[in-house]
This record gives sequence, structure tokens and C-alpha cells, in this order.
Amino acid sequence: MPAIEVDGLEKSYGQLKAVDGISFSVQKGEVFSLLGPNGAGKTTTIEILEGLRQQDGGKASVLDYDPWTKGYDLHKRIGVIPQGFKFLDYPTPKEAIAYYGALFGKKVDPEEMLRRVILEDAANIWFQNLSGGQKQKLGMALSLVNDPEVVFLDEPTTGLDPQARRAVWEVIRKLKNEGRTVMLTTHYLEEAEELADRVAIMNHGKIVAMGKTEEIETKYGSGTKMIVKGKEDLLKFLKENTKLHAEGNDGTVTIYLRDKEDALVALGAIEESGADWGDLTVKRDSLEDVFLKLVGPEGKAEKEGE
Amino acid sequence: MAAELKVYARSNLRSREGFFFTLIFPIILILLFGAIFSGGGVSQTTVYVQNHDSGPVSVMFLSALNSTSNNCSPNTSTGLCLKSVPASQNFSAYLSSQSASDGIVIPSGFSASFEAGQQVNVTLFGNPASTTSAIVSGITREVVNAFNLHGKPVLGVSSRTAVSSSYKYIDFLIPGLIGFAALTSPMFALVNISSTYRRDKVFKLLSLTPLTKTEWLLSKIIWYTCTTVISFILMSLVGVEAFGAHIALNWGIGIFLVIGPFFFVSLGMLVGTISNSPESAAVVGNLVTFPMMFLSGTFFPVASMPMYLQGVAHVLPLYYMIDGLNNVMIYQNYGPALFDGGLLVVLSVIVFALAVRFFRWRED
Repeated sequence: MPAIEVDGLEKSYGQLKAVDGISFSVQKGEVFSLLGPNGAGKTTTIEILEGLRQQDGGKASVLDYDPWTKGYDLHKRIGVIPQGFKFLDYPTPKEAIAYYGALFGKKVDPEEMLRRVILEDAANIWFQNLSGGQKQKLGMALSLVNDPEVVFLDEPTTGLDPQARRAVWEVIRKLKNEGRTVMLTTHYLEEAEELADRVAIMNHGKIVAMGKTEEIETKYGSGTKMIVKGKEDLLKFLKENTKLHAEGNDGTVTIYLRDKEDALVALGAIEESGADWGDLTVKRDSLEDVFLKLVGPEGKAEKEGE
Repeated sequence: MAAELKVYARSNLRSREGFFFTLIFPIILILLFGAIFSGGGVSQTTVYVQNHDSGPVSVMFLSALNSTSNNCSPNTSTGLCLKSVPASQNFSAYLSSQSASDGIVIPSGFSASFEAGQQVNVTLFGNPASTTSAIVSGITREVVNAFNLHGKPVLGVSSRTAVSSSYKYIDFLIPGLIGFAALTSPMFALVNISSTYRRDKVFKLLSLTPLTKTEWLLSKIIWYTCTTVISFILMSLVGVEAFGAHIALNWGIGIFLVIGPFFFVSLGMLVGTISNSPESAAVVGNLVTFPMMFLSGTFFPVASMPMYLQGVAHVLPLYYMIDGLNNVMIYQNYGPALFDGGLLVVLSVIVFALAVRFFRWRED
């Protein structure tokens, strides 16, 4: 039985369809990422699964619970870091973990929890004085206090510097190694590529692609390309003397390769043309290329550092 | 500097709280204080009178006092309205039973002493912290002076308080100050945190734990009950040490120290919950708190306000808290105190239920 099942899920706010009939399932122990631009419906979807919002249509099930009607029971078995995690200003991380332990009726060792999320150095600092990365780590620690089977992370690294982001990734990898099911939403492509077993790309409330990143790249991408620095004469030679599909743009010639033989033909033709040519690379469509293709130019992908 | 001033002024006025304190609050202040102290609104002051003398001078004296209000005519807005107390009653005890502090006792032999040119005093009962007592004292002394001018200057006034001759000004202030503390601290705090926790999604976070809304709110009620008790202890200690106050500890005080915070925490939560943002919550909280603070008898006795404002005071919960504390701390008048406490309990339960009902833990 999957840990999470969604079937025809819908949620609207007035005229706006935030979630428009999406379906997916997440197996136990899997890391599943919802990837999409801002406003795609990721947070609404994850909050429905957390039991914080009620869907207008379709079904949602987490660990066989209806999240909205059985939220009280479900919350004992899941952990959540909401988007833009904020806590009370004055508790320290140690006190916050002890507080959560008391709420869940669990005996936890705050120091050990803080070690798990690499936050032991900030154990006694007031929450309001923690850095962004430290706050997110505390959020992760709190989400693990009740030893959850499923962890929901809503944009866990937004606003963090690259170092802090990497640190949070490490914690997420540990969760997977512990056998927990992780569902995370992000608009960082690299994050989805690095962490997720499977990705669902969302846009305007719909899932436009789903699967392993390699599967998505293969299915929706343009395949393998050879990119060489060259001018019109090179392009012309290739078009007149080979059956290869080639395009030129701004001092670059792109040759689309169907198989290894195309690669050999392309190399031979370039050599034979006698035209000036420069750097040559071979690449496949990345997740970013596919993402931009599926989401459109207005749904700009975010690379780390943007 | 001019550019900085311009940007700051604009930001301040665009914020609802800034707009409230800059433009609305001064209007509220003048309306409140104007209504309380406007000349046309000074009400007749009720005074209890006990006449132990059967002679004509005492009758004339009382008649002179009564004429200041035209015999308590509803058409007269000022003066003393006398209520007679039988001579057989213990006057102090009677005043306490009426939760009143203003009274005049004419001693036996008053008329004979005046006619014989012998010094005789009327006894004036009052509350040193009350403006009504000041009014009663002023009018009584005017009448005494008038009598002295027309005859020999033998009439005098001796003053005392109804409850005990050792009670001081500070003793009469403390109930109002306790009520003030019970109102302001939980009210402002709950209005603020209920709206900011919602904005910052802290409530959403807490809704993912086994903690319930009711448990969260009850924990706040317990906290602010503790802080109100601490305020009471601190005020009492400072009042006793610095000003020689008398604090008569009894079970009645404890009841109001619990019910007051219960009500005001619930009210603050309700106000914060029904407001859309922390800013509008602050404005609504101020609109509820400040009039209540000034119209409930915290600083000015309700009896000294115009009749229409007295009507307003009687629908304010803080009025019943202060009245209840006055009854248990000053007058030891437990019957009315039970009524005050009972009413507050009923209001607290209703407001608490509404606060829990409208308090949204989750989004939908």
C-alpha cells in the first residue's frame, strides 16, 4: 500500500483552480518531489495531504487516513516543515524540542535530536536570533520528534545560502536512509535532481510530467545534442551533405543525434567541411530544459544562486 | 531630514495602528473625557443622611442641602440628592451595605447647640479617592458656611470614611488598579499574539501537534491569572510599604483575580481572531480597551459620570470586576460582590465559547 495516494484532487479559491485534478502515489521509503514555479499549486497540494486544507474534489490518503477528517490521528505519524517555517521567538532549540516532545508525549533527547540535524552548537540560542539555515534545521528537528513515518517538507531550502542548503540536503538524505517516506516541494531543479527518487512537475494546478528525472528527460526532452561553435558555412555543409537535423544560432551549430552513428557522421562532416569550428560538446536535455519546455517561459526555472 | 520625515509620516499614517493613534485616539480621548467631565453632564450625587436631631435647625439644614438638587428633581442635573437612613441603623454599616461612601450624620442636640451658640459638627462620610465625595464635601461646607454667616459661626464638619477611619486614599485606588491590570495585560497580549501567530502560521504549526485550541487558550488563561495575582501581590506590597495601604485579604479577591483574566484573555482572543491582520486587530483591541478603561470606574467613579455614561458603564465587564473588588476589599459587601462575580462568570463562559468557536487553527 502506498504511503500517499492522490486521485483527481481539486481545490479552488474563487475562480482560481489551484489544484486541478491531479493524481499520483508515493511508495513507502520514497523521496518524491513536487517541482514547479511559484503559484503552481504545490503548497496547496501538500497542505491538503497534511490535513491543513480541505479539498474540493477527488481523494487524498496518507497512511490510509483521510487527512482532513482524521488529521488528529494522522499528525501523530507524520512530520511537517511548513513553507517559511516560523516558531515562537524566545524558546531555544533545546526548549523547542522538549516542548514538542511533551506535546506528542514522547521522551526525546533534545541534544541527540539537534545532533541529527547538525544544530547542536545553537542549542541555547533564542529562536529569533538563529540564522535562516539554523531555523530550517530546527524545523526539521521538530518534524522528527514524533518519529514520523512520512515527512512533508514545503520548500525547505528557500532563502538559504548554498552552504545551508547543502546541509539541509544532508539531513533529507539521512531521512531517506532511515526508511522514511519524504514528500518535498521545491522550485529548485537541482534540489529535485539531487534528492528525489521521482519528480512530478506541476504547473497551473496540473501535473505536466512525472517519473524519475532520467525518464522525464528522455520522454519530454529533445534527446542528445552535439553543440559546436561554428558559422553559417558549417551549418550549410551539414544540411547539404548529411541527413542530420541541425540548427544554427548565434555562432553555434546544434546537431540532434538519434544514435551513436549520427555522432560519428556529425564528427566526420565537421572535419570534412573545412569550415572554422571551435568548442564541441555533447549533452542531453537536462531537467531544466524539459522544465522550461513544459512550463513555458513565464515559469522560469530557478538555479541555485538565482 | 525632510525626506526622512516625509517617508516616515507617510508610513505611519498608512499603517492602521499609526493612523489610529495619530488621528482616532485623540478624538476618543476628548470624547471620553469631555463626556465624563462636561459641565452639562454632572449628575446629581446621591448622599445618605441620618438625622439624630429632631429640632428645627437640623430640618432647615437638610432642606438647604436638598434644595441644591431641587429635591432630587430629574430636571435638575446637579446638586445632592438625599436619601434618609433611619436613626436606629448603624450608619457606617448601612453605607457599606449600599456600597456607598458618601453620607452626612447630624448628631443629637444639633439644633439646641446651634441656637445656644455652642460648637457642633456634622459628620461627613466620604471616599478620599472619589470625585463624588469632593462634590458632597464642597456643597455641605457651603451650606455650613451659609448657616454660620446668618448666625454664630459654630457649625463645623468632621470627616471620616465609611469603612474605617484608618483607610487611606491608596486603599480606594487599589481595586481600580487591579482591574486595570487584569484588563490591559491579557487583552493587549492576546489581541497581538492571536493575530501575529495566524499571520506567521504558528497556529498552523501547532495544529499539526496533539495540542487542541481549547488547551492552548486555557494555558493562556492560567498564565494571565498568575500574572494578575503577581500584579496584585506587587501592588499590595508597594502600596503597604510605600503608602501605608490596608489590604484586607479574603476569598472574594481571589475569585475576581481568576474571573477577570479568564474573561479578558477570551475577549482578547476573540478580537484577534475576528480581525484580518495584526494591524487591524491592534486597532480593534484599542477601540475596545480604552473606552472600557476610562468608563468602568478605574480612575473616575461611575457615580460621578453623566447618567447616559453610567448606563454605558453598566454594560462593561470591567465595571463589574472593579465593583466586585470594591465590594470585597472596601465595603465587605459580599451579596453584590457575588452578583458581580456571577455575571462575570456567565460572560466569561460565553466569550470563551465564542473565542474557541471562531478561532481557526487550520486554514479552512
